Amino acid sequence: MDFFSQILNGLGLGSIYALVALGYSMVYGIVQLINFAHGDIIMVGGYMVYFTMVSLKMPVWVAIPVALLVCALAGVLIEKLAYHRLLTKGAPRISLLITAIGVSLFLQNSFMMLFQSDPKSMPVMFMNGMIGSPGGLQVNSATLLNIAVSVVMMICLQLLVNKTKIGKAMQATSEDAGAAKLMGINTNFIIAVTFAVGSALAAVGALLYCNTYPQISPTMGNLFGLKAFVAAVLGGIGSIPGAMLGGYLLGMAEVLTKAYVSSTLTDAVVFGILIVVLLVKPAGILGKIRKEKV
Amino acid sequence: MLNVTDIHVYYGAIHALKGISFHVDEGEIVSLIGANGAGKTTSMQTVSGLLRARSGDIAFMGDSIAKMEPHKIVRMGLAQVPEGRRVFSTMTVQENLEMGAYILSGKAGAKTEADLEMVYTRFPRLRERRKQVAGTLSGGEQQMLAIGRALMSHPSMLLLDEPSMGLSPILVQEIFDCIREVNKGGTTVLLVEQNAKMALSISNRAYVLETGTVVLEGPAAELLENDQVKTAYLGA
Repeated sequence: MDFFSQILNGLGLGSIYALVALGYSMVYGIVQLINFAHGDIIMVGGYMVYFTMVSLKMPVWVAIPVALLVCALAGVLIEKLAYHRLLTKGAPRISLLITAIGVSLFLQNSFMMLFQSDPKSMPVMFMNGMIGSPGGLQVNSATLLNIAVSVVMMICLQLLVNKTKIGKAMQATSEDAGAAKLMGINTNFIIAVTFAVGSALAAVGALLYCNTYPQISPTMGNLFGLKAFVAAVLGGIGSIPGAMLGGYLLGMAEVLTKAYVSSTLTDAVVFGILIVVLLVKPAGILGKIRKEKV
Repeated sequence: MLNVTDIHVYYGAIHALKGISFHVDEGEIVSLIGANGAGKTTSMQTVSGLLRARSGDIAFMGDSIAKMEPHKIVRMGLAQVPEGRRVFSTMTVQENLEMGAYILSGKAGAKTEADLEMVYTRFPRLRERRKQVAGTLSGGEQQMLAIGRALMSHPSMLLLDEPSMGLSPILVQEIFDCIREVNKGGTTVLLVEQNAKMALSISNRAYVLETGTVVLEGPAAELLENDQVKTAYLGA
């Protein structure tokens, strides 16, 4: 039963990785950019919750839309201000990558200025406590909430991408932006929507993170973002189900290593898995190597 | 209907189009012919907005479109079948066609079903394969799909870039018959082709491009008899 609890804990942590990994994957799918500032969107979301609930003393149902909106807006602004010109001018990939790292550092340092660099304790957001079952299964309610929310988000995202006009336009832009323009698709708008949706999902991740681990700091997005990026690559970057799968796998690997191997080895195991998987499947578990037919 | 006046286009420092002018009147089929690197595709991509002219003007139905974004140009009724077909290879045939109707979908009076039927009647092979992923189609089928996709937006003018590329002679004939029919149905056509003989055989007029300039122009029938054209492009 303990093992089963650990699996659930792993899925709970993995759910947050998965939500953040989706943003990396969607943005990569559409503009082939590794948006390293994406991890810091979690931090922005965390501080928005802190700001609304602690500084403004507002209830949690106000904090949720504030975090979602601010993160979505931040994602769109980052694209418009930092990446857009580089993308349209066909700048080399390395320039985009360096810009993304720059944006990441800019966000971290701005929030250090605004909120000081010391970690802040988060107020209670949703119900959080241990739930026991007759079989002796012990699970934190936050874990169950994480899993449920991530599954719902995944379903919503699949519906958005596969069933709506805007989702089809996202798929078309991701495959061939030039051809998409010739269909009358405003690809700039589609890119903005992708950044907004990806960042809003990261905000959901931030809400769950703050509820599960109630502490935030300006640099919290660093390692967490990096691991979510690993999850996206593990699942196959550009693939939405891949990002989810990668997130869950990574979360489970991390929790199981902590429980049964060694808590100091956790990160080594996580990144070790990445190296091994990429050696065997360079495009990730669900990723496809695109072949072009001439 | 389309008036291109003295456009200059650059790729970085390379001067690709050195002041090209041409026009297409309503109901015509007009061809741009010439060798590789003459500027045919560049001309077409500048018309559809994928490339920008540094100077000169492009007017469609009296309005300047030289600085308009490509997705807005499509909405004016100018659809392009790009070089290399560029179908959405991970989408099914039907989804590709639906993307072609993107600018109409959701609007009052959109008749996507009827339009699909129109394309499937024109290309029965696409109907057979409508649930198949476009990347698995043969080159000829992809070309049909690319043309069908462009027709879904009900363009008043169709731009076709190298529709014969990589196709067998029988398929080339089929595609050109189809272009002629589309034109008879009231769609004006601007065609870019390396297969000059084929292009001239269905065109009203044509322009011969060489290294970014128009070197010859005239009725297609006259160009077919022109000695210069014969030796350079018709292999006679």
